[in-house]
Amino acid sequence: MEGFVIVEIVCSGDPPESEPIIRVHGLTKVFGHDPEKALELHRLGRSKKEVHEETHATIALHNVSFEVMRGETFVLMGLSGSGKSTLLRCINRLIDPTKGEIEIDGEDIISMNHEELRLLRRKKLGMIFQNFALLPQRNILDNVTFGLEIMGISKDERNQRAEQVLEMVGLGGYGNSMPSELSGGMKQRVGLARALTSDPDILLMDEAFSALDPLIRRDMQDELLELQERLGKTIIFVTHDLDEALKLGTRIALMKDGAIVQIGTPEEILTNPENAYVEKFVADVDLTRVLSAKDVMRRPEPVAQCTAGPRVALHLMEEHDISMIFVITRHRILRGFVTLEDTVSAVKEGKNLSDILRTDVATVAPDATITDILSLIVQSNHPLPVVDENGRMHGLVSRASILAALARKGGEA
Amino acid sequence: MMELPKLPIGDVVEIIVDWIEMYFSWLLDAISTGLGVLVSGFEDLLLAIPAPVLIVLISVLVWFVTRHDLKMTILTALGLLLIWDLGLWELSMLTVVLVLISTVIALALSIPIGIAAARSDTLNTILRPFLDFMQTMPSFVYLIPAVIFFGLGSVPGIIATVIFAMPPALRLTTLGIRQVPVELIEVADAFGATPRQKLVKVQLPVALPTIMAGVNQCIMLALSMTVIASMIGAGGLGYQVLVGIQRVDIGMGFEAGLAIVILAIIFDRITQNLVPKYGSK
Repeated sequence: MEGFVIVEIVCSGDPPESEPIIRVHGLTKVFGHDPEKALELHRLGRSKKEVHEETHATIALHNVSFEVMRGETFVLMGLSGSGKSTLLRCINRLIDPTKGEIEIDGEDIISMNHEELRLLRRKKLGMIFQNFALLPQRNILDNVTFGLEIMGISKDERNQRAEQVLEMVGLGGYGNSMPSELSGGMKQRVGLARALTSDPDILLMDEAFSALDPLIRRDMQDELLELQERLGKTIIFVTHDLDEALKLGTRIALMKDGAIVQIGTPEEILTNPENAYVEKFVADVDLTRVLSAKDVMRRPEPVAQCTAGPRVALHLMEEHDISMIFVITRHRILRGFVTLEDTVSAVKEGKNLSDILRTDVATVAPDATITDILSLIVQSNHPLPVVDENGRMHGLVSRASILAALARKGGEA
Repeated sequence: MMELPKLPIGDVVEIIVDWIEMYFSWLLDAISTGLGVLVSGFEDLLLAIPAPVLIVLISVLVWFVTRHDLKMTILTALGLLLIWDLGLWELSMLTVVLVLISTVIALALSIPIGIAAARSDTLNTILRPFLDFMQTMPSFVYLIPAVIFFGLGSVPGIIATVIFAMPPALRLTTLGIRQVPVELIEVADAFGATPRQKLVKVQLPVALPTIMAGVNQCIMLALSMTVIASMIGAGGLGYQVLVGIQRVDIGMGFEAGLAIVILAIIFDRITQNLVPKYGSK
């Protein structure tokens, strides 16, 4: 008997399809009155600083070329002033480039007139901003439907779609809240939802998570990865944070002074840095000196509220199988800790938590490096609380969390 | 000793005024007639409603606009009752009419011009010296051309008031729109908004609190100017103050002044509460 079976294997680790959706060639942007003169001077070998002094023009991007594949997360990474945000804004022409070509889906967008450009922005491009940029006078639902409203879609339809997307980013039921009532992380979920409702092929994310607390930031990165797996959008993600770039990027373009220094997968960038600049960037990655307490800490859980009784503390310790627990106030100010033995006797004798509270606790600052923490943590047989200058507890650092963070870096390198 | 020749600025202004009067008298007449009808019509309407009914209506309005601020509502009702009791009701209503008409005209001019100035640097630069001029020129000076073009009465009063009350509304409209954060403008552009959609859906709503501060200022200035305009026969409470001064009748002047203060407070509280505070829903 003849026949054959076609087996299709789809798994989340598949490389992106190798078809480019965005093609950028020779892109140059000069801010100032006389770009030609500035570029001419630059061609003659003057540095950008000298060019600026002579012409008052700033060369923000110089001869940048790259391609973005459909379905990949392309990270533009560099320090501030490296031109990454300018480059992102050239792709939807919020900034008009001085020279060069940009094609999206084979269409030249530089030659587009206003009307064509508006259609492109409405249909194909969604943008997410560093400081969320929600409209303060609109509730969450009306913020999320903004793009659809611009397109002239009926209120019923756009509300229905917005509800679905809000549900997807974990904000179902928040439609009637105002932006000022939400936390930073929630605001950026709204920003994400707003970009997703018009179902664009491409998401432009400008330092989207840079304004968030480290822990929330990691949550959002995880969620973006999850969403990306489901939706398969093409994402261009701008960041100055190498950890973020390594975590999110299918490929990373490292930028310096308006030019791309190296493009590659995270592995390629880490193992095969193309020049001294990239090397310097990357060298820091696996050093315990660069990671700080806030990078490796885990959620400050479990903790006991100082108003709680010993029974609650005991229950928490039993549940999490630990021999001590930190005690905090309602405002997350660290008061000290109680041990399992003390708590057991306190339950028997009917004492309060404050009676058995031990305050001789070693703490670390959020920006203490791992090198600093290591010496403390070897002496201690419990996790160290990460406490800021106001006494607020942000998280816990344990030997395990440090080793895990180092292993993660080591694995990538 | 040599004497410096005096520049004939005053003469030139007179020539210009004569020229306008000669060639545009038809327009001046039309404005005069139109505004005159508007003022008397509006005044008749307000006076046709019995004072107690109007006091209740205004108090209810304050109750809703201040989002159920009981203290303010009661103060409004008491203040208006006091005006009625002092026998200043009809004069007050004329003042209200003059203020409202002047404000509406001033806003109808200043808000669109303010929006245009926010979008055009050139217009903004051209307008600035005119606005400075309008704001620093002593308000009495506006009365002179107003009288020349429109004679005595309410109409020249309204014209002078409009000129006097416009600048802050115009400036705050421009300022409000220019202060809209760049990221929000980028949102409008990035989502493909037309310039009109950007204005209506992003710039104006975000600038609204600032624009409303301008509206509030406009009304307050209009109220103060209608009092001064009584010098050219605009009537209302200001006229009562003027008579008080002429007769050195302190009691009469004080009562009219008190009524003006009461009106000012009511106008102020109503306009201040017209914009909802973000976040409090």
